[in-house]
Amino acid sequence: MRSRMRTFVSALALATGIAATSLSTPAFADPAPDVGNWQSVLDQARGQTVYWHAWGGEPRINDYIAWAGEQVRERYGVEVVQVKLTDTADAVTRVLSEKTAGVDDGGAVDMIWINGENFAAMKRNDLLFGPWAEQTPNFAYVDVEGKPTVVNDFTVPTDGLEAPWGMAQVSFYYDTAKLDEVPKSAQELLEWLVKHPGRFTYPQPPNYMGSTFLKQILTELVEDPSVLQQPADETDAQATLAPLWGYLEDLQPLLWRDGQAYPQNGASMRTLLADNEVDIAFSFSSGEVSSAIEAFELPDTVRSYVFENGTLGNTNFVAIPYNASAKAGAVVLADFLMSPEAQLRKQDPQYWGADTVLAMDKLPKDMQEAFANLDLGIASLAPSERGTVLPEPHPSWMSLVETEWQKRYGVVQ
Amino acid sequence: MLRFAPILTIVLMIGPVSAGLIGTVLPAFGILPALGGTTPSLDPWQALFAQPGLGASIRLSFVNGLIATAISVAIVMLFCAAWQGTRIFRAMQRVLSPILSVPHATAAFGLAFLIAPSGWIVRLVAQFAGWDRPPDIAIIHDPWGMALIAGLVAKEIPFLFLMTLSALPQADTDRTAQVTATLGYGKTAGWFKATLPRVYPQIRLPVLAVLAYSTSVVDVAIILAPTTPAPLAVRILGWLSDPDLGLRFMASSAAVLQLLIVIAAMVVWIAGERIIGALGHHWAEDGHRFRKDSAVRGASALLALVAAGAVVLGLVVLLVWSVAGFWAFPDLLPRGFSLRLWARELDAIGSSLTTTLLIGIPAVLVAVTLVLGCLENEVRTGKAAGRRAMLLIYLPLLVPQISFMFGLQVFFTLLGLERTLLSVVLGHLVFVAPYVFLSLSEPFRALDPRYGQTALCLGASPARTFWLVRLPLLTRAVLTAAAVGLAVTVGQYLPTLLIGAGRFATVTTEAVALASGGDRRMIGIYGLLQMVLPFVGFALALLLPAVLFRNRRGMGAQNKG
Repeated sequence: MRSRMRTFVSALALATGIAATSLSTPAFADPAPDVGNWQSVLDQARGQTVYWHAWGGEPRINDYIAWAGEQVRERYGVEVVQVKLTDTADAVTRVLSEKTAGVDDGGAVDMIWINGENFAAMKRNDLLFGPWAEQTPNFAYVDVEGKPTVVNDFTVPTDGLEAPWGMAQVSFYYDTAKLDEVPKSAQELLEWLVKHPGRFTYPQPPNYMGSTFLKQILTELVEDPSVLQQPADETDAQATLAPLWGYLEDLQPLLWRDGQAYPQNGASMRTLLADNEVDIAFSFSSGEVSSAIEAFELPDTVRSYVFENGTLGNTNFVAIPYNASAKAGAVVLADFLMSPEAQLRKQDPQYWGADTVLAMDKLPKDMQEAFANLDLGIASLAPSERGTVLPEPHPSWMSLVETEWQKRYGVVQ
Repeated sequence: MLRFAPILTIVLMIGPVSAGLIGTVLPAFGILPALGGTTPSLDPWQALFAQPGLGASIRLSFVNGLIATAISVAIVMLFCAAWQGTRIFRAMQRVLSPILSVPHATAAFGLAFLIAPSGWIVRLVAQFAGWDRPPDIAIIHDPWGMALIAGLVAKEIPFLFLMTLSALPQADTDRTAQVTATLGYGKTAGWFKATLPRVYPQIRLPVLAVLAYSTSVVDVAIILAPTTPAPLAVRILGWLSDPDLGLRFMASSAAVLQLLIVIAAMVVWIAGERIIGALGHHWAEDGHRFRKDSAVRGASALLALVAAGAVVLGLVVLLVWSVAGFWAFPDLLPRGFSLRLWARELDAIGSSLTTTLLIGIPAVLVAVTLVLGCLENEVRTGKAAGRRAMLLIYLPLLVPQISFMFGLQVFFTLLGLERTLLSVVLGHLVFVAPYVFLSLSEPFRALDPRYGQTALCLGASPARTFWLVRLPLLTRAVLTAAAVGLAVTVGQYLPTLLIGAGRFATVTTEAVALASGGDRRMIGIYGLLQMVLPFVGFALALLLPAVLFRNRRGMGAQNKG
């Protein structure tokens, strides 16, 4: 038994080792599309099936994705199947395990809805196909000048490895039937909590929304926010983070459950607000709050607002793994997702309610009007109500803050 | 052909588990070429032990697993001792069996909606106390993990109870009870002194499976367990899905650690068995009759009822949530009702049920065939042959899923089998076959050998004896085993997603994805939907024998096992 086991171990090690350095290409390899020649991309895409790995927690978003799939099937003969994930990292893991097994072609993931740390990790580990995004026809409409985050994902240059799909900005929300005044800065939030202990919390880092809250506070408190745009290890990180830890020192004991328990994600924080366990919550899209009201998840007296000095904003993207089986199909789909028509529907809260990445002044007149005429929903913030959009810090800050938070507050027992 | 059934079964169980374990152990020691890990190192372990709160996480997994198992076993044994052979016992049998078809996560969500500070029970209190805010106390996610223990106990009691039921006939319980009663022992004490020593060895494996599960559970823990820190298995999942791919190494060593924790818990459990066995030996012989046991009997009935009641009430809350309009605290019922979400999910529901069956039916058929093959082989060759070896079939139940699932994914990819129906079915089989074996082996072995011997004497071939005598006699046991198997395949999340590369959208993968959106209405809908197939399976297992043998009273009796 033991010798057989050893044989198996060495076989496996050999297989992974050889596979990782293997240069041979299987017969079913999907040749990289020539994105500069759009017609050839369309030709290559026809008949392909794109397995799009995307978070599947919101029925409305799933419906939107299904609609986009129908459109590209009718127009370009590309089939789209959404693989519903609970966590984007699952798709990253899959690409990684394929690389481990030497599957450098014909991978299972054709497209991923992605941004931030996940993108940075895939880019760093050469797990992405491209550059392709900036050569697609509809990229011309993208608001590169007005929304710099469409080509800088959490400060990391996208380098055409992912195509912008939607904008997001932190907004807070509360029930107007229960609160008259709301805190509009980090400092006000702390003062408000002293008067209303236990009525606020944030999702437990390293959950994305929880980390976002910490970064929001950090960005507000730090003396020179531009430091956060550089990788953390090139700065005096301890000094930069000191105000955040000082703030949390005061905040933590005032949190819901005295900071001993946390909601696990943005959705469970929303549930806490609905159950009157907390008074203020936040999300990455005020349109999402309108949707939640319509889905009976929140009372219809809930409204959104932003902090006076601005809130963090970023862009989410779609990327194609280096070993995708249907690269051309994925490029065609991504291009369609950036089209004015798809972006208009995406911003309509009836379907989704997420902000467009396009520049209004680059669009044809009729599309501009269509965007202007959208009814954004009762708890959504119009662009004019959103105040300043603060840039996301470099991803290295997020890791640093998460690790340190875990040490200080992640273990209370 | 039949001769190969045991070895084939064992290979199909052991192969994937060991391949998966290797795929976990190598990265745990720094080997993962895709991430540049080519030389062995202990760095992942150092990183793991530097994690804040690791000790607390280990303690939570280890202690809570042991406590949950001990409580479940104690309640089931106490209830059987106090009520076996009574009408209440048979009633409980009918209540608990359907609860088996409730997936763990569904039961946990139901329990959470019931006992949380904003749950139904507190809402009821709030009506009288006049609260308009839920109390700010941690009932779920409590630091001690009591909610987690409660959730596990509520769900494991039905399982252990049914396992005990199938073991009882071989312990000759009725006559034993008569003898102990004649000797003047109270019902409960008589059972513990004379029957338990014969029943426990038979349910020991299911108990160990419950222990392994409780020590490494992920889904129930996410819903009910503390989070500062969380039990180890939950943290492993977090590290595995961290955008920082470098954490994969540490996650792998944590997965190995998780396996060690399960082994340690088993060692402690088995030591406990010895101690209790030794003490119990004296106790059994000391002659105390414990004639007045009505308090104990009442308490045991109450405990079993509370456990079953919690799950059933939890399901009712899920049902209410699935049709709820806005539902504010402290209202007992939603302000409005709506079937909108059910209507909208109807299409998706149809196709996901089909996919679930597409995987489940082959997996169950193969599992039942293999298990019957093994057991029939045992009969024909004379038992001794492979009984010990067959214990290996339980390996997948004892090794935590999280410790080998990711390695298994790489393994299937290496074979080029990833994303095929074949590999998903094989992946499910690893979990289905042990449960089918678990529920079929006792009835099969307990079948009176004289039926077969008579048939053989009358000149029937061994095959004919199997098909026309043994199999019909075991109809109900086989169908029940198949229903258990179906319940297991329906509930698989990680294997379906990882091995199937998301190509197979089952009821459970949909449910878990949608649950991540946090809408309690969707959780309610899919939680209930996950129950449908197992429930139909169990119902068929009950009804089919009744219909098939409506003209054969003796068969009915035999099939009652």
